Amino acid sequence: MGEVLIELDGVEKVFTVRRRAGLVRREKRQVRAVDGIGFTVDRGEMVGYIGPNGAGKSTTIKMLTGILTPSAGRLRVAGIDPARERMRLAHRMGVVFGQRTTLWWDLPLKDSYGLMRRMYRIPEARYRANLERCVERLDLGELLEVPVRQLSLGQRMRGDIAAALLHDPDVLYLDEPTIGLDVVSKAKVRAFLRQLNAELGTTVLLTTHDLQDIEQLCERVMVIDHGRLMYDGPLGGLHASGAAGQSERTLVVDLERELPPLEVAGARVVRVEGARQWLAFPAQASAAPLVAAVAAGYPLLDLSVREPDIEEVIARMYAGRG
Amino acid sequence: MAEAVLGRERGRERPPAVVWERERRRHRALEGLRGYGLIAAMWIRSSMTYRMSFLLATVGNAAVTLLDFAAIYIMFTHVDALGGFSLPEIALLYGSCSTSLGLANLLLGNTDRIGTRIRDGSLDGMLVRPVPVLAQVAADRFALRRLGRIAQGSGVLVWAVVVLDVDWTVGKVLLVPVMVLAGAAIFAAVMVAGAAFQFAAGDAAEVVNSFTYGGCTMLEYPPTVFTRELLRGVTFVVPLAFVNWLPALYVLGRPDPLGLPGWVAFLSPLVAFVVFVPASLAWRVGLRSYRSTGS
Amino acid sequence: MSRQLSPDAEADAEAEAGKGSGGVRRRAVVRDAVHRSQLYGAVAVGGFRRYATYGAATAAGVFTNTVFGFILAYTYVALWDERPGLGGYSQGQALAFIWVSQSLLAAAALMGGGFQEEFQERVRTGDIAVDLYRPADLQLWWLAADLGRAAFQLLGRGLVPVLAGALAFPLELPVDPLRWLLFLAAVVLALVVSFAVRYLLGLAAFWLMDGTGINMMAGLVSVFFSGMLLPLTVFPGGFGDVVRMLPWAAMLQVPMDVLLGEGAGAGGAVRAFAFQAGWALALLGAGRLMQAAATRKVVVQGG
Repeated sequence: MGEVLIELDGVEKVFTVRRRAGLVRREKRQVRAVDGIGFTVDRGEMVGYIGPNGAGKSTTIKMLTGILTPSAGRLRVAGIDPARERMRLAHRMGVVFGQRTTLWWDLPLKDSYGLMRRMYRIPEARYRANLERCVERLDLGELLEVPVRQLSLGQRMRGDIAAALLHDPDVLYLDEPTIGLDVVSKAKVRAFLRQLNAELGTTVLLTTHDLQDIEQLCERVMVIDHGRLMYDGPLGGLHASGAAGQSERTLVVDLERELPPLEVAGARVVRVEGARQWLAFPAQASAAPLVAAVAAGYPLLDLSVREPDIEEVIARMYAGRG
Repeated sequence: MAEAVLGRERGRERPPAVVWERERRRHRALEGLRGYGLIAAMWIRSSMTYRMSFLLATVGNAAVTLLDFAAIYIMFTHVDALGGFSLPEIALLYGSCSTSLGLANLLLGNTDRIGTRIRDGSLDGMLVRPVPVLAQVAADRFALRRLGRIAQGSGVLVWAVVVLDVDWTVGKVLLVPVMVLAGAAIFAAVMVAGAAFQFAAGDAAEVVNSFTYGGCTMLEYPPTVFTRELLRGVTFVVPLAFVNWLPALYVLGRPDPLGLPGWVAFLSPLVAFVVFVPASLAWRVGLRSYRSTGS
Repeated sequence: MSRQLSPDAEADAEAEAGKGSGGVRRRAVVRDAVHRSQLYGAVAVGGFRRYATYGAATAAGVFTNTVFGFILAYTYVALWDERPGLGGYSQGQALAFIWVSQSLLAAAALMGGGFQEEFQERVRTGDIAVDLYRPADLQLWWLAADLGRAAFQLLGRGLVPVLAGALAFPLELPVDPLRWLLFLAAVVLALVVSFAVRYLLGLAAFWLMDGTGINMMAGLVSVFFSGMLLPLTVFPGGFGDVVRMLPWAAMLQVPMDVLLGEGAGAGGAVRAFAFQAGWALALLGAGRLMQAAATRKVVVQGG
């Protein structure tokens, strides 16, 4: 057992939502976004924090980063109470909020790093070493002089990750780090995170909708839904708990008319809704023969292929239990 | 400096937690200033990337704010006095409050963007930085072009001081810069309170304009023009009268329409300090409610 | 803009995009015109609805306009006490000028606001390229949206300040309904002129990238030259003559003339409308030329 870095015990977050009911009257309603969550994360772990939208994921992250104050329970990150000492904690953590960049839009990338150096009072030598490592591993060399507004989404994400690591944080929070990125960028980001974790022992907590992020990065997964921790353990365990055998992609087909579930080799129908059917097939298999088979045997109007999705895994997990 | 040392001496006898808390607060203020400087410098650099736009904005800003005073000048092509005040006397009022507002605007004019920051969630990004949020909000989109208004206001002020027929005593001479700085601080406090208000009603940012721009428009004219109820309101409730009216009346040797004694003119710095208390308290309450409700 | 678009407008836009080339030509032209008016009508309704959702902002604006109204009203009382009949107005008319102009301030976007900031942001981020490929005219599209906004702000931010002013001060407003009708027409033309000027500002973003500075300046210029600070009839001599011929006069002073009887009688109103329409056409035309230049720039730079 390593040193405990993140510690939650009975953490709750209750929001009071005011709703307009009629012209003047307002209704108050209590929403339990996080409903008594407890877990610990050891230094050096890489944990996936997943769940459907509105499950309480981002609320938890916001409490861990000191943005939100918990309504109840005990919460410590590196021994610090985030809500009470958010500025002290800021020196110990790095945060990357997926689609929102913290880089300076009109300035060259390196200027944003210069600000980080001063803002976090990073000693010159350490700053140089960290920047050099990030530039090399994240392939940023050519981008340092480029204004951020001219960077692609993937380049910007890499730039953001580097910005979050220059002050040697103990823990890195990543909110959807690969969302919207192309395949090459995704691979680069994942490889970098693996290296970071292995070489520096940086603890990483990431939320994602991309199952491959979890498969390739995290030995441990936490599933949250309705503000409660539903599962905490290895990804394999998720499968064993009835979620899925292995990761699958989905072929969504729109037929000319409603038909009984299609019978196609190498795939099985998982859902039927009117003239639309969902066929699951192994993620590694090519979609082409499957599409050909469907098109040959059935009156096909339209189709699309969906990548494996966390939500589906979770949905199957519930199905397996129920 | 002496006070700081004294505070530390005395602190030794108190429970350490209190000392630590006070140290931390002073540390916070310094961190805030430092962070403010860093962020403001980044915005200046950003604006320099659109050099043409920046140049146009700064020069144009100074030129165009003159139009503000031109309206008053035009009035005086038709009359010799307004509310019993001559043009140089009104120029003293105009120049001082315009400079004060310009200073406050330069230093924290973009606090009114906090409503947008709350709505689009970018305030969260500020809360994970090791810099007080107020400093970050105040430095947000720092714009040097706002020097334009300061230049224009102080130009009018200098002109007024030169042409005014006033028996300049040491007190009166000192009161002019004190008035401008204290006025800026009062406006700044109003802006902080306004930013705090946006935690409660994010869309209502414009209300603050009533007190800043609206207040300045009012203070450009002599107090004799307005009703006593209004004067009482801006003296005792939202103490805008201390921005320039009360000190300027003293400089001009005119009585206060509300009958306040002359020494009140020297209270502006104290008032500026006092109004910061509720303003910063409101800010803290606002930020705390954001952090507990996330909205 | 498309984000705020109502569903019907999108449907119309799609219908527009997919319209066939068959059929009798004349009928196609008529159908086309109907489609277009429906499209821009939907865009305008979208603009209206969009601003109608900001209740607190509207209340805050009403409050601010009322505060400014009070402050200016007291100074006008002092000024007109000193010089009765200044600028051809009685004190009651001068007070009416103040309060009605506070009511028009938001609708005519004299201090900025409206759409140009959003337009400039779209230029800055490159989203404007999407707008250029839309099967609708860029200028008319934004004009429709801006008129929708103005319609809301005329009602939402216009009525209360005038009522507050009428309760607190003796306003001399006309009772003749025809006068109010003419005034309304002048206001519509004022809104178009105001849009045309701000459209030029929006397009300026293609060359300036950052519009904040120029927006602020434009706001101050239009407040001064529209008569918002001081009626243009008070401006002295040759300077006054020039100022009253500028486009900003068409945004506030001219409608106020129509309302307060400076341009009394049908003849005066027609002259006022001609002045406004002339500026509207000239400025919209300039906007088209600038838009063409901007489009070329986008094509050359590839967005």
